[in-house]
Amino acid sequence: MNSIVTPIQRETLIIIGNGMVGHNCIEQLIERGALARYEVHAFGEERQRAYDRVHLSEYFGGRDAESLAMCEADYYARHGVHAHLGEQVVEIDRERKEVVTSSGRHAYDQLILATGSYPFVPPIPGAEGNSRLVYRTLDDLDEIRAAANARRGVVVGGGLLGLEAANALKSLGLEAHVVEFAPRLMPVQLDDAGGAALKARIEALGVGVHLSRATQEIVAGEEYAYRMNFQDGEYLETDLIVFSAGIRPQDALGRSAGLEIAARGGVAIDNACRTSDPAIFAIGECASWNGSVFGLVAPGYGMARNVAAQLAGETCEPFTGADMSTKLKLLGVDVGSIGDAHGATPGAKSYRFIDEATSSYRRLVVSADGKHVLGAVLVGDNSYYDTLLQYAQNGIKLPQDPSSLILPLSDGAPALGADALPDTATICSCHNVTKGAVCCQVDAGITDLGELKAATKAGTGCGGCSALLKQVFEHELSARGVAVDKSLCEHFAYTRQELYAMVRVEGIISFEELLAKHGRGHVGCDICKPAVGSILASCWNQPITDPLLVPLQDTNDTFMANMQKNGTYSIVPRIAGGEITPDKLIALGAVAKKYDLYTKITGGQRIDLFGAQLHELPDIWGELIAAGFETGHAYGKSLRTVKSCVGSTWCRYGVQDSVNMALVLENRYKGLRSPHKIKFAVSGCTRECAEAQSKDIGVIATEKGWNLYVAGNGGMRPRHAELFATDLDDAALIRTIDRFLMFYVRTADKLQRTSVWRESLEGGLDYLKAVILDDSLGLGDELEAQMQLVVDRYECEWANALKDPEKLKRFRTFVNDGRGDPDIHFVKERDQRRPVRASELHLIPVTEELN
Amino acid sequence: MSQSNAALNQSAANAIEWRALCSRQDLVANSGVVAWLDGAQVALFHLPHTEDGEQVYAIDNRDPKSGANVIGRGIVGSLKGDLVIASPLYKQHFRLVDGSCLEYPEQRLRVWPVRLNGDAVEVGLQ
Repeated sequence: MNSIVTPIQRETLIIIGNGMVGHNCIEQLIERGALARYEVHAFGEERQRAYDRVHLSEYFGGRDAESLAMCEADYYARHGVHAHLGEQVVEIDRERKEVVTSSGRHAYDQLILATGSYPFVPPIPGAEGNSRLVYRTLDDLDEIRAAANARRGVVVGGGLLGLEAANALKSLGLEAHVVEFAPRLMPVQLDDAGGAALKARIEALGVGVHLSRATQEIVAGEEYAYRMNFQDGEYLETDLIVFSAGIRPQDALGRSAGLEIAARGGVAIDNACRTSDPAIFAIGECASWNGSVFGLVAPGYGMARNVAAQLAGETCEPFTGADMSTKLKLLGVDVGSIGDAHGATPGAKSYRFIDEATSSYRRLVVSADGKHVLGAVLVGDNSYYDTLLQYAQNGIKLPQDPSSLILPLSDGAPALGADALPDTATICSCHNVTKGAVCCQVDAGITDLGELKAATKAGTGCGGCSALLKQVFEHELSARGVAVDKSLCEHFAYTRQELYAMVRVEGIISFEELLAKHGRGHVGCDICKPAVGSILASCWNQPITDPLLVPLQDTNDTFMANMQKNGTYSIVPRIAGGEITPDKLIALGAVAKKYDLYTKITGGQRIDLFGAQLHELPDIWGELIAAGFETGHAYGKSLRTVKSCVGSTWCRYGVQDSVNMALVLENRYKGLRSPHKIKFAVSGCTRECAEAQSKDIGVIATEKGWNLYVAGNGGMRPRHAELFATDLDDAALIRTIDRFLMFYVRTADKLQRTSVWRESLEGGLDYLKAVILDDSLGLGDELEAQMQLVVDRYECEWANALKDPEKLKRFRTFVNDGRGDPDIHFVKERDQRRPVRASELHLIPVTEELN
Repeated sequence: MSQSNAALNQSAANAIEWRALCSRQDLVANSGVVAWLDGAQVALFHLPHTEDGEQVYAIDNRDPKSGANVIGRGIVGSLKGDLVIASPLYKQHFRLVDGSCLEYPEQRLRVWPVRLNGDAVEVGLQ
């Protein structure tokens, strides 16, 4: 019997362009099951798979290409999408329905153009090489970085991308200038007063702003590499020039294929994103809808969604334009623009708030009848944005006094309660997630914000909606009577942060007291005891060998050494800054030799001695302390090392004495108990030999002082530290680190490294800068005083323990017998001993005889 | 079996031989020490203030997962009403009362009855 099988014939879909919009379209196709209908081939001109261009400037702030990627490396392969990266499409043959690339011809049934845009560079004589850089791709950024061994950089263009580029130059350590043709910054989004407030704020950050300037020519400079001559006879000298004077749709393929092109550029599309050829769609910045090209990611995603739905055979809403409202942080300055920001609607009326003291500006544009918000401009404080946007987008009726929406209130910006929003209110405009969609997920049982983001993608585009999303989510959870459990363990229904506050405020000094007042039971457990032990130590810095604290510690803290797999300990004396005298090095060697300790240099420029039994620790430490060593806290959740290079003392490139600074820092913070271990490094110049950018606290010397980096990490999930403050003098550096560390100690969760803590902070790096650098919470003095208390109370824990026979009693392998543990065996390897492996146990009698 | 050690001590007192291991001063409150017992290693945990008053527990010092003699250096705690010791290497928990493991049923530690006899800490040999 023959059965008739109809093979499923899939059509071929080609997507040209693998930027954010092209990638989003593929994601949408996958999610909608369209891959059952189409074999999808994606062509990308760049080598990298799609990456987050919105956060491009973070590439200079520590993020690498991989962390900017829009998806995991195997995402396409896993879903059967054929990616052709680094392969440029050079022609579309519409007659044969084929695209032509350097490698050959590929037939298509449906084609999507997502080729994006390119930076517009005005034709200025003399612009070439480093005086004609652009800011658009990772390759562009690499070129800027390569050119940045310079003093001064200029960005031509004072719009959104131009200011981003200026930020990038600044984070590369250059003196940055912005040259804008229009009489104000961000002419599209801001009005004159808003532009003036932004200018004042940016100039206060040390960025030069030059308005109403048209560059006539670029010639060789006198003090710097180039001179830009302006139309008004003025000039500006610089070492490099980045052009960011707007974008142009990348419509060349469509143009040469004879597709209809809009008057101001861009492949013309209809409400279904179709071009003049029905087999070809265009989405994102290469497309022109109704004569407009949208230079933002949200409208591009909207088009991608529209096309993916059509191809998946779903009904979809037509694309009918996009809201161009934006909320940004440019050079650390909040800028927001909503709807009709210029009040162009007939009869529109404006409310304005101007604060010249802090250069803040807010404008609210309302309809002629005074009932609805048409638009708004915000400079300096975007906390007003979410509420105003919801008023504008959902046509919510204005309160009696609309000015209250932009006037400063004592308790911050007026929030439109999450319950006031209709279900149709858009929360995340990048991924078009409404409040109703969030409610659906909560009804389906999601109680974790991370899960909500994974399920809806809300907050994963530009991230601008994070605060609102959290607010709506938590409101919906509590409306359903769901309490989010943040308990430390079964004994404490509080977070580490809450317990920290209780200990401080109530002056609690013991675990028993805290447990009796705020906990359950009489004993505690191995989760809450070390956590509380660490909090008590952070607050009061009593020796951890105190009898009240001993039972709380992990074995490493109890015995002030690091337990290894066979129950023996390793010992790491402090070698501050990695600097050690020959005499001390010899003394260390002599101790290691005497006790036959396996000896290894650590990654933190110290020396680790392995294989000591419990009862040997006091003798070993007696000898180390006599030789001038002190404990290195390698066993504690505390400051480990401050790694350093030799700095200006020896190195021909060094600009500051990095070793001395490392010593100052290590000696200041040694012994500080914290939620997790802390590592520092100090580099004497920008070559960064101490690898400071992989540390919790990284300090890099500059000509004028020190640049401070924070929240880096090596380990399982490496993270580059982020530039936190620049050109600090010694005192300012220490003050800033004092505040940063104490704020971390106060607010981090149990066993949370600075990197994870920083990522979990609502408001991110800017919030942290506001708290630490601008003292926005008024905590600065308190944090410094607390740190000083800890510094003043420092005492070497091993020196303290050796003085006290009671404490030494614990360092006995057996309380009733002087022998060592007979089950510990070693074998020799490369002239040192190491623990025996289970498979080698039959060798033990032989090796012990040899010894 | 969750009867208190004191009750256990009384009911079994006549049937078992008691051996003094160390003195009360050798114990560390809310924590452990280790005593040698004819080739065995006994971890002794002293809890002055449990719901059943002062208690001492004796449990094998050898961690079955690592093969290292480290149990006496773990942290004492209470989980869902059971007094437990967490191994310092891989953090699995053993009930002090019967030596059973919360996470891995196949791991079980030997336990001894304990009593405080004047100043002496005695374990029962069976």
